[in-house]
Amino acid sequence: MANTTDTDPMSGDRFETDPMGGDRFEIAARGVPGAREIGELEPDAAATVAHPGLTPDGRPAEGGVSGSAVRLGDRIFKALAAGSGGLLLVIMAAIAIFLIWKAIPAFTQDTGNIFTTQSWTPQATPPYFGMAAVFFGTIISSIIAMVIGVPVAVGVALFISHYATRRASTVLGGLIDLLAAVPSLVFGMWGLYFLIPQTQGFQMWLSTYFGWIPLFKNQTATTPEQYGKDLLIAGMILAIMIIPIVSAVTREVFLQVPRETMDAAWALGATKWEMIRTAVLPFGRAGIISASMLGLGRALGETIAVALVLNSGYLINWHLTEPGGDTFASTIALKFGEAGSSPVAIAALIAAGLFLFVITLVVNTAARIVVARKKEFTA
Amino acid sequence: MSETGRFGTPTVDPPDQLTERRRALPVSALVGARLPSWAPYAAGVAAVGVALILKAALGWEGWGTSFWTAALLFVIGFTAWSFSVEGRRRAKDRLASTLIYASFVAAVVPLVLILFYIGVKGFSVFSVTFFTNSMNGVTSRQEGGGLYHALIGTLELVAIASVIALPIGIFTAIYLVEYGRGKFARAVTFFVDVMTGVPSIVAGLFVYTFLLLGFGLRPFGFAGAIALAILMIPVSVRASEEMLKLVPRDLREASYALGVPKWRTIIKVVLPTALSGLITSSLLAIARITGETAPLILLVGYTARINYDPFQGDMATLPMMVWDQLGKRAGTTSSDLTEARAWGAALTLVLLVLILNIGARLLARLFQPKAR
Repeated sequence: MANTTDTDPMSGDRFETDPMGGDRFEIAARGVPGAREIGELEPDAAATVAHPGLTPDGRPAEGGVSGSAVRLGDRIFKALAAGSGGLLLVIMAAIAIFLIWKAIPAFTQDTGNIFTTQSWTPQATPPYFGMAAVFFGTIISSIIAMVIGVPVAVGVALFISHYATRRASTVLGGLIDLLAAVPSLVFGMWGLYFLIPQTQGFQMWLSTYFGWIPLFKNQTATTPEQYGKDLLIAGMILAIMIIPIVSAVTREVFLQVPRETMDAAWALGATKWEMIRTAVLPFGRAGIISASMLGLGRALGETIAVALVLNSGYLINWHLTEPGGDTFASTIALKFGEAGSSPVAIAALIAAGLFLFVITLVVNTAARIVVARKKEFTA
Repeated sequence: MSETGRFGTPTVDPPDQLTERRRALPVSALVGARLPSWAPYAAGVAAVGVALILKAALGWEGWGTSFWTAALLFVIGFTAWSFSVEGRRRAKDRLASTLIYASFVAAVVPLVLILFYIGVKGFSVFSVTFFTNSMNGVTSRQEGGGLYHALIGTLELVAIASVIALPIGIFTAIYLVEYGRGKFARAVTFFVDVMTGVPSIVAGLFVYTFLLLGFGLRPFGFAGAIALAILMIPVSVRASEEMLKLVPRDLREASYALGVPKWRTIIKVVLPTALSGLITSSLLAIARITGETAPLILLVGYTARINYDPFQGDMATLPMMVWDQLGKRAGTTSSDLTEARAWGAALTLVLLVLILNIGARLLARLFQPKAR
């Protein structure tokens, strides 16, 4: 017993204990001498124990506190926790690797140009397809969603953070969050059965009176029934879908505006809007940008809602009120059935998925970088 | 002073106090002319009135045009009135307030419309038969049939996905909050964020290439559950992380001071304290994937039969049943029947998701004092 080796109690590195000492941690905690060497303290464990190896009265304990992260249980637990984190990285890497690997046939066997061809017949012989129209549809529908959705979302965030009373803001905030919980399929059905019939008249009006802007011109339709199922509607549905996420993130940022900044604006006699314009919005700018990009990522990857409200068509068409258009995600969902057992057709869809993956990755990463910069800036 | 409630809402709102004080003050030379407090209502009534007169005079069909005219009249008229009485700055302020209120209404109206529309459409098919029968042998022209098979499938897939994803998510959150320092932790944080943005169809495609193409398998339920788990993990990590961060540092330190090892501190102190929050976040994560459709198209397929076995054969799920019934609607004379069943299944799905959501929030409210 107590075959104490030379230990520096302050470093808390090594301890000797009784080999028979049943519950090591109790012994260690009481500072009972004779603890066997268990291992080295991990740096963060040392950080949690202010003065390892000291008894409460400041005297170096003979056995000392053995720290907290050295036991077998601790090792297993930390390994489990870190392993879960590692698994995430593995999954992300696997997604990239498998998509690239399985998309290779699409790049090698396509007789068209995969970037510029406006067609989608990968199961034909020879396979002929390209992402141009799909890319166009994805980007345009998302841009429409941003143009409509972001201002409304910022307005909602301002309303909840600065206009509504406290009790109302909690309830109303929850209501907006509920909007985020509605499945995208339901948005799509609602768009198909309600929004399209209800907005056909509006679209015709747009085409008739604002047709001098090519974007709004429908060159073929003569009756309201021939409108709908176009990129404009897809954009509107996406706008409704991104409002909750964008406003939720923006709201959080708006609520963090320093009271002093706002009070300073009030003290200078600003009206509420002037206070918001000079104090709240500048502070929240990075938050708005990153929230918008998160919303953009959502809009780019939305599948079912878009697939339901769009008439499939693989041509770039700048007349947004004319039916047709497709996005990466909707193409994958709609063309999967007919791709069947054709390996090239499946590879083409996987290639579309790869494109989408890369685009959303870039958008999301950019959003995170904006947020990180802002954090650095304020800290 | 600025105190912040749990949801970050200000408990005291000086602006409101200011407005009230302003109202209480007698009008003096120091305060410019203000519109009376009933001015917005008056402007609103006037705008609606003018729109109604225009509707009658010009014979507009439907209410859409009248509504937008009234809204536009209100915005322009009220701002102009304010401009003439109160000057440019206050007019701007009023305009901004109007637009901010309007944007909130614009966000809530679709929600109400969607819930109302789907409720009306879907409730009409609800019956005992609808919940206890499958679609096996029911053609699109026949009445009857139900969503039992799809409900079973959805519940099974969501349960499997939760069993896979929640432990991984919570353990990752524990790592990030309790252990995470340095490069690896930063990488995990970053990739959790990135993973949140992975579109569901891409997650589905990944599992498709990995499991189905890789091993040459036919679609089966478990594959879909894996895709759902991939979508669920980042949501679960994020939410659990927030909950674990709420646990006061003092509790951990008190435990360490008693010599309790870190892992026992986490299990005995941190997790029980955050338990209600973790349950809430898990329910929200479950709700998030319950309505997911895109990966199921690729991985699980659809069958009209009841299939209890997630490892064998196509499985029906609620979203896929809606998708299937919507697909069958085209061209058939009895499209109303399939359409009605689609709405019924969709309503069931929405109810499921809403119950999970509201349940989670109620739970959070119920245990709120404890979390502080």
